[in-house]
Amino acid sequence: MEIPYTVEPRPDTGLFNAKLGIWLFLASEVMLFGALFSSYILLRTGAPAWPHGRDEGLNVPLATLNTLILISSSVTMVMAWASVKLGDLKKFRLYMGLTFLCGLGFMVIKGIEYAHKFETHHYPSTNTFLAIYFTLTGLHGLHVLGGMIVNGYFWGPGAKLYGRDPERFANRIEVAGLYWHFVDLVWIFLFPTLYLL
Amino acid sequence: MDHTDAAAIRRQTKIYVAVFAALMVLTVVTVTVSYLHLSTALAIAVALLIASIKGSLVAAYFMHLIDERKAIYAILILTVAFFVVLMFVPSFGNFDQRILR
Amino acid sequence: MTALVDETLAHGHAEHGHEELSFLRKYVFSQDHKVIGLQYGFTSLTFLLFGFSLMMMMRWQLAYPGQPIPWLGRILGETNAPGGIMAPEFYNQLGAMHGTIMVFLGIVPLAVGAFGNYVVPLQIGAPDMAFPKLNMASYWVYFLGGVTMLASFFVPGGAAQSGWTSYPPLSDIAPTGQTVWLFGMLFLIFSSLLGATNFITTIVQLRAPGMTWMRLPFFVWAQLVTSFLLLLAFPALQAAAVLQGMDRLAGTSFFLPSGLSVTGQLLPNSGGGSPLLWQHLFWFLAHPEVYVLILPAFGIVAEVIANNTRKPLWGYRSMVYATVFLGFMSFVVWAHHMFMTGMGTAMSTFFQTTTMIISIPSVIILTALFISLWGASIRFTTPMLFALAFLPMFGIGGLTGLPLGLAPTDIHLHDTYYVIGHFHYVVAPGTIFAMFAGIYYWFPKITGRKMSDFLGRLHFWPSFLFINGVFLPMFIQGMAGVSRRLYDGGYDYSHAQAVLHWNPFMSISAWLLGLAQIPFLINLFWSIKKGAKVGNNPWEATTLEWAAAPSPPLAHGNFPAIPTVVRGPYDYSVPGAPADFTPQHHDLVET
Repeated sequence: MEIPYTVEPRPDTGLFNAKLGIWLFLASEVMLFGALFSSYILLRTGAPAWPHGRDEGLNVPLATLNTLILISSSVTMVMAWASVKLGDLKKFRLYMGLTFLCGLGFMVIKGIEYAHKFETHHYPSTNTFLAIYFTLTGLHGLHVLGGMIVNGYFWGPGAKLYGRDPERFANRIEVAGLYWHFVDLVWIFLFPTLYLL
Repeated sequence: MDHTDAAAIRRQTKIYVAVFAALMVLTVVTVTVSYLHLSTALAIAVALLIASIKGSLVAAYFMHLIDERKAIYAILILTVAFFVVLMFVPSFGNFDQRILR
Repeated sequence: MTALVDETLAHGHAEHGHEELSFLRKYVFSQDHKVIGLQYGFTSLTFLLFGFSLMMMMRWQLAYPGQPIPWLGRILGETNAPGGIMAPEFYNQLGAMHGTIMVFLGIVPLAVGAFGNYVVPLQIGAPDMAFPKLNMASYWVYFLGGVTMLASFFVPGGAAQSGWTSYPPLSDIAPTGQTVWLFGMLFLIFSSLLGATNFITTIVQLRAPGMTWMRLPFFVWAQLVTSFLLLLAFPALQAAAVLQGMDRLAGTSFFLPSGLSVTGQLLPNSGGGSPLLWQHLFWFLAHPEVYVLILPAFGIVAEVIANNTRKPLWGYRSMVYATVFLGFMSFVVWAHHMFMTGMGTAMSTFFQTTTMIISIPSVIILTALFISLWGASIRFTTPMLFALAFLPMFGIGGLTGLPLGLAPTDIHLHDTYYVIGHFHYVVAPGTIFAMFAGIYYWFPKITGRKMSDFLGRLHFWPSFLFINGVFLPMFIQGMAGVSRRLYDGGYDYSHAQAVLHWNPFMSISAWLLGLAQIPFLINLFWSIKKGAKVGNNPWEATTLEWAAAPSPPLAHGNFPAIPTVVRGPYDYSVPGAPADFTPQHHDLVET
């Protein structure tokens, strides 16, 4: 027996299963990053002194660029979904490809940032600020990586589903998009907290 | 809201571009403000306010929350409530500093 | 295992056009919620037995401190038991791992992974869970977490030994096993998060036509609230585990305060951290976690009581509202585990108040279950014996929690054996008895055969007796001031001398309790092949898993046809009805 409501929405909730599933998962992610934010606040308010990001070697212009890159990737992601809904597989490939590349760019810049910090002897163990900085951005980076793997799969072999069941494929892209936007959303809060305050 | 209508999708595309522009502008604003050397409390308030606006735009339009279903809203409201509880942990955490008597 | 799976997947002759799955796809990497439920069941029961064995070892040291352990002393090796006598470090490992294994590898996977997975889709009239592949993944990630935890015994320095609560700074500087524990926890938490997502989506989206919210069996409501607790509370421990991992592996000081010295040496870490931060994050999860441990038990007991009283549950609606309220409140009581950390009166008052408030829904649920017995035609089946015993046992557990939730009394009781007695009453003769009730109750659905009633009673009565023998004296010892986690059970303390004699008493009770499980093990495995065959609904129950699905349920899709629900879950003894039970759905042609 087929599992109902994988593609068509259930009438009383108006949702297909995966959409509810991904929002539930994102709720748990809110609590995960929330717990880390809470830890940040506790450590900062309990510290006799707390450095500015710039004073600890954080590169604000580079991080600003990264922020713009990630925001752009969110737009290309939602455009990728819209392209599938409009039946344009070529446009989908273009936008999804751009999303992947933006993600790649973000990780590369992150890599450059980290490398520079290690060269100048700024490690997680150096002080509490750097400890929480590396933990928050590192965990976020792992989430970006995860999203890139999913997006890459849908750009590549996963796109075959479009030929067999375009509506189901559109749902999957929407769900992947929701995850990707969330990753962007976390960065929108991380960036000012760590780099600007 | 039914997303399958082609004209509706095209209308939404325009909104996506507008939100994109807004997000870029707000990013520039928040970075610029950080160079103004406001007091810590004010700097935090402004930065979090701008971040909240940006985040709301992403959630409302890119994540389609603005016309989502009740079930999703319910889950998110519940999550936000517990998130707020989590944010109270720091105030419980530093007894020796007498932050909260 | 494969024999059990074969017996439990009824392949009706109407199954056409399904290619036969490979051995691996059918028994190992199955996406069928019934097979996955059984995988969870057998794995978790094995872990429960293992965790229990760890405690049986501990109880030797507590009863006869400094005496060589018979038979086992030699096998444990010179590091863990020099000359056959348990080393303190090894005692601490047993303690920390007993707690961890029982809670995270035993109860939660059994209550949620096994019972939830097997029963929930059947009770709501669904062909499977919403995300079968995710279901399979969550089992194997749990399995991986379990293997990781077991492996920690074999790393240099041994397993985690800072309590299941892993408080820093001690846990930050503990041997390698603690790091393995952290990784194990990350796997287990991830497994639970995937499972919770699956359960909530399934219950919301896959209810059969006519299955409205207030027609759901109480067991399903319990699983729904449990899943929300897992979903929203576990991430805090994930975050904490990441932070502790960073402390141990990357030299950070999230939990290490400045100026900490260990054995006279100042630590090279930067300091600036807060040990209390760990406690907040840990208990933010661990308090909701205890409701994760009890809610599925309430659910099972409710099902068994309704069925064996032949009348509807009293106060179903109140029980549902109480459960939802309980779930919500469980997020704002956590610091009652931290009354002794130096908090001010404002914070203490807040948490005492919320803790007292949260006792109300538990009382409502327990009272409703008790009142359900009034005027009932009670059938003393084996599941019913365990369900009935649950009620007063949970009552004792709950009541003994009250002095712990009030700070003035907690001052004397915190970190004593009183606490151990309290929570074990809730979890052991509480939850575990409910789990046994569930196994005896649903065994015929899973296999089409009944377990032996004789062996069931042989299991129940000694277990009930000896489990009280293990835990009741703990209140006495606790009130005398005997601290927990002492590897000699208080032997060296003058204030403990008067109550020391309870140690051998409790240990012997524990070993006899262990023996009392043998009839259960024999019964379980023997009955799979040789149990008396039964029809589809031997307990004459009203809920869909009994009334609408065959025993065992169909391998593909559970039901011959998805039922339509027309009435509530407990229409027993409806006046004028043809039988003393009226199933929830339209009458189908019974298979």
